[in-house]
Amino acid sequence: MPNYILNTSRQMAKRHGREKRFKWYGRIAIFISIAFLIFMFSAIVFRGASAFQQTKISLDINFSEAIIDPTSSRDPEILKRANYKPVVLESLSNVIPGITDRRDRNRVYKLLSAGAVFDLGEQVASNPKLLGKSKSVWLLASSEVDLFMKGKIDSNISEDLRRLKDKDIEWIEILKSQGKIKKTFNTTLFGKGDSREPEMAGILGAAIGSFFSLLVCFLIAFPLGILTAVYLEEFAKKNFLTDFIEVNINNLAAVPSIVFGLLGLSIFLNFFNLPRSTPLVGGIVLALMTLPTIIIASRSILRSIPQSIRDAALGLGASKTQTTFHHVVPLAMPGMLTGTILGMARALGETAPLLMIGMVAFIVDIPKGVTDVATSLPVQIFLWADSPEKGFVERTSAAIIVLLVFLILMNLCAVYLRKRLERRW
Amino acid sequence: MIYETKTTHEEKGNVPSIMTANNVDVFYGKKQAICNVSLDIPENQITALIGPSGCGKSTFLRCFNRMNDTINICRVSGKIKFSGQDIYEPKVDVVALRSRIGMVFQKANPFPKSIFENVAYGPRIHGLAESKDELESIVVQSLKRAGLYDEVSDRLNEPGTSLSGGQQQRLCIARAIAVDPQVILMDEPCSALDPIATAIIEDLMETMKENYTIVIVTHSMQQAARVSQQTAFFHLGELVESGDTQAIFTNPIQERTQNYISGRIG
Repeated sequence: MPNYILNTSRQMAKRHGREKRFKWYGRIAIFISIAFLIFMFSAIVFRGASAFQQTKISLDINFSEAIIDPTSSRDPEILKRANYKPVVLESLSNVIPGITDRRDRNRVYKLLSAGAVFDLGEQVASNPKLLGKSKSVWLLASSEVDLFMKGKIDSNISEDLRRLKDKDIEWIEILKSQGKIKKTFNTTLFGKGDSREPEMAGILGAAIGSFFSLLVCFLIAFPLGILTAVYLEEFAKKNFLTDFIEVNINNLAAVPSIVFGLLGLSIFLNFFNLPRSTPLVGGIVLALMTLPTIIIASRSILRSIPQSIRDAALGLGASKTQTTFHHVVPLAMPGMLTGTILGMARALGETAPLLMIGMVAFIVDIPKGVTDVATSLPVQIFLWADSPEKGFVERTSAAIIVLLVFLILMNLCAVYLRKRLERRW
Repeated sequence: MIYETKTTHEEKGNVPSIMTANNVDVFYGKKQAICNVSLDIPENQITALIGPSGCGKSTFLRCFNRMNDTINICRVSGKIKFSGQDIYEPKVDVVALRSRIGMVFQKANPFPKSIFENVAYGPRIHGLAESKDELESIVVQSLKRAGLYDEVSDRLNEPGTSLSGGQQQRLCIARAIAVDPQVILMDEPCSALDPIATAIIEDLMETMKENYTIVIVTHSMQQAARVSQQTAFFHLGELVESGDTQAIFTNPIQERTQNYISGRIG
C-alpha cells in the first residue's frame, strides 16, 4: 500500500499551506473592510447623535394684548406677525437679573433662536385665548447655546475666538441653575423643512422630496424595466438589433449619473418645459438612470428560470404570452422586485443628476406633490455640509444617518421579499 | 447525399397511422441533426424511438408537436402530417396543435403550484371546463387515469413539487391527459426514476394506449421491448430501421441495429 495516503509528504504540506494562507488572506480582507465600515459608521454616529437633541429655554410669557394685538383684531395673520420681542425680553429680564442697557438686551435676546418669536406667533394665532394671559413656554435656543449645552464649545479658549461670550455663558448658567434650560428630542429636525438657522433646519422637506422622486421613479422604471426585460428575454429574436440593444443597455448602466442629469436638463426642462426643481423631473431622471439596472437584473433572473417550466406550459398548448405571464414572470417576480428595490436604493442616494435639474435650491416649504419645488435627502446633506454654520455639522451627520437608515430599510425589504416570495421548483 | 438505410418490416398489420413523417430533415444552424426520416405512427399503439445518445431521437420527437419552434436556430423541413394535415403549414395554429399532441418531458417539471392547479391549468387555458365542478371532475379523472389519484386525493392543494420523482412524472402525465390529447409524446420519461416507479409508469402506458397514441423516446432497450408495439432505431440522425418491436429485437435486418441491441455500439 502506498504510504503517501497516510503520511504527509512535502508536497501535501505545501498544498495545505497554500490553503491556509488563502483562508487568512480572505479573513484579513474581511477584517479590513469591516474595520473601515465600523470606522465610518462610528464617525457619523459620533458626530450626528447629538443632533437628535435640541436645547430649549423655558420662559413665562405674559401675552399682553396691548403689545401683541393693540387693535384687538384677532386676525390670525396679524397675530402671527406681531412683535413678540418685547414680551420675550420682559420675561427674560425677569429670569436674568441686571439686564438694563440696550446692548445687553439684544445679547440676551440672541440666546433664543430667531425662530422663537415665529413659534410664539403660531401658538397665539392658533389659540387667541392666550392673549392677556400668562403661560410658561419652551422656546428654541439659538444654535450657539445649543452647541454649548452639548459641550461642543470650550469655554476655556479665548473669548475673541468664540461667538458665545463669557456673559452669555454666565446667563446660560443662571438659566441652568433655575432648571429653565434643557435638552429635548429634536422634533424640528424631523418635522420641518430647510432653514438658514441650524436650530430651525429639518429634513422633512428633503425626505418628502426624496419620497416623491422615488415614487415617480418607481412608477416609470418598474413597469418599463420589467416589460423591456421580459420582451427582450422571452419574445425578441436574437439578432443583430437585439444584441446592439443589449450592449447599449449595459453601457447605459455604466454612464455617470451626472450625464443623466444633463439629459434631464436639456430634454425635460428646456425642451418639454416641465417645472424646474420638482420631484417629477427628478423622478424621471432617476428612472432613466435606474432603468438599465432593473433591466439587467430582471433579464438575469428570467434567464435563471429553468427552461423546463416554459416547456411544460408550451407543451400543454399555452401560448407564448400565457407561458410568460402565467409561469415565468410570477417565478421571476421576487428577483425582479429585489433588483428594482436595489436600483431604487441607488437612486435614493443619488445627488449629481438632481443638481443638474435644480433640485439643489434652498427650499423651506415641504412639498405637497410631485410638481412642487423640492430637494432630496442626499442633496440636503450636500447643502448642509457646505454651510459655514457650526450647528450644521452635527445635522449633516444626522441627515446621513437618516439616509442610511432608509437605505438599510430598503435593502432589508428586498431581502424579505426575496425570502418571502421565493418559490422552489 | 443521404444514402437510404431505412428498412421497414412489413408486418404491422392494418393499424391506421395517426401521424406520418415524410423526409424530415432538422438543422441546428448549419449542423444537420435529422437526415431524411420517414416514419408512420400507428394509432393507439406505443411507438418507441431508440438509439444512442445524440442520435436525434428527442429532436425528432419534438418535431411532432413543434416544440423545436422554441429553439431559434432550429429549422425543420419535410412533411409531418397529423390526421392528414401538414402541421408545418403556416396556417396551422401551434397552440391548437399542442393541445392535440401532449408531451411529457425527461425531467418531471410540475409547475410550482398545487397538484390541483397543475392538472387544471391545461383545461383552464383551453376553456375545456364550463364550471368549477366540471373542472374538478376533469382533474380527478386525469389523476385517476394517470394512476395518481389514490395517492394524492387527500392533498390536492399541496405543491406538486412536494411529490416524489415518480409521482411528479405521473402528475405531468395527468397534466398532459387533462387537455384530452390524441397523441402523447414522452421524452425519456423514466430516465430519472427508480425501477419501481418506472414499472408503475410502464403499466400506466399499457392502459393509456387504449385511449391515446404514445410515442416514447427511451435509451433503455428493455423498456422499448417491454412497452412498445413498434420500434424505430435511430443512429447519427438517421432512421436505421423501424417496424414491429418483436421483429426488431429478435431479427433485425440492419447490421447497425444488430450491433446496437447486442450492445456493441451506443
